[in-house]
Amino acid sequence: MMEPENGSVAVPDRFEKIQALLEKGYTVTRATPDGTTSPNARTSMLVVGDFAGGRPPTDLESEGLEVRFEDESTLDAAGLLAKAEAMQSDSSTFKHGDWKPWFPVIDYDRCTNCMQCLSFCLFGVYGVDDGDRIQVQNNDQCKTNCPACSRVCPEAAIMFPKYKSGPINGDQVASKDLQREKMKIDISALLGGDVYDLLRTRSEKAKSRFSKERSPDKALSERMKCLTKLADSGDIPPEVLMSLPSPDEIQRRAGEAKQKAEDALKRQQENA
Amino acid sequence: MSESKPDTRILYCHCQYAQVIPSEVKASVLQGLCASPKAFDAVADLCEMAARQDPALKSLSHDGPVKIAACFPRAIKWLFAGAKAPLNRESTEVLNMREASAQEVLARLEAADIQPNLPEDHRPPQAAEAPNPSPKPQDESH
Repeated sequence: MMEPENGSVAVPDRFEKIQALLEKGYTVTRATPDGTTSPNARTSMLVVGDFAGGRPPTDLESEGLEVRFEDESTLDAAGLLAKAEAMQSDSSTFKHGDWKPWFPVIDYDRCTNCMQCLSFCLFGVYGVDDGDRIQVQNNDQCKTNCPACSRVCPEAAIMFPKYKSGPINGDQVASKDLQREKMKIDISALLGGDVYDLLRTRSEKAKSRFSKERSPDKALSERMKCLTKLADSGDIPPEVLMSLPSPDEIQRRAGEAKQKAEDALKRQQENA
Repeated sequence: MSESKPDTRILYCHCQYAQVIPSEVKASVLQGLCASPKAFDAVADLCEMAARQDPALKSLSHDGPVKIAACFPRAIKWLFAGAKAPLNRESTEVLNMREASAQEVLARLEAADIQPNLPEDHRPPQAAEAPNPSPKPQDESH
């Protein structure tokens, strides 16, 4: 939005328009005659302003990028949004908000590259780079609202910025946080190595017992009980646990993840 | 504390895809920015941009002083680093809308000085600090 020196756009109007655009996922720059904003990121733009004579310049197109101009005074928030959406549908199939941006962010100031997260995650979110350093490789495979991997990190180095509380949300890590995280790992170990181990063990026991009893309802009830307990102890959303694959598949993925972590650690030691 | 240069930029994150920043704080900060004579960049959600490795992040982290109204400085530091757009620690001030009031955030955005507050680097940069997430569809419309 280009603002003239006399600031002719009313403040409530400006707020309403910018908020409407942000809520639909758009990036907005408010440019003023003396202000500094970020350099253009080589994306298509809708330039809205108060143009001389009330006539916006002719639209531009170059190297697949478009710049369209609109007279600000003729558009209310809904009209501006409609113009932006029309421009987006012309140039992109990506829709903002299709995916809640939930994924781990590694604090490399704290990370010791112990590979616990890689070993723990069953969904292939983590991997290692060419130097065998842990990294987030498949952030879209992360399970929304599940912070479980941050719970197994002994250094509290894994953040989920949209998590409700610290230090997982990015707040500073205090010594008491490290103690608490360690306690959670211990609890997890007591439960049987990790929560997935527990799930697998419980499921296998249940499968064996209920196959004799031939009662699918009981088996489901047992699984639900186990999942609820895990959800309570590990802060893992029940829907994430319910979406876990079969016990055999869990075992296969856990083995694969563990192997990846062991291989990376081995290479680290060899290169040390 | 250092003196603010005239080219200090302002970046506002609307944290659109989670309810972790109080909505009244977001609204008041945005209203305050709209009422001020300052230029600013506003993004829907820095997390989403980082996840998609949106090239616009590189422009937003462009060298030069910047004040960012978003969430925790530690999270912001590593979100940008993870998207291969590291912020300059010496010239970045992050205002945390999860904890500060709108008045406090606006006062810092309006202030002439800049108070860099990204966490200090404890380890030398590693290749993995610029991870390569799975490709996401790129938005080229704006």
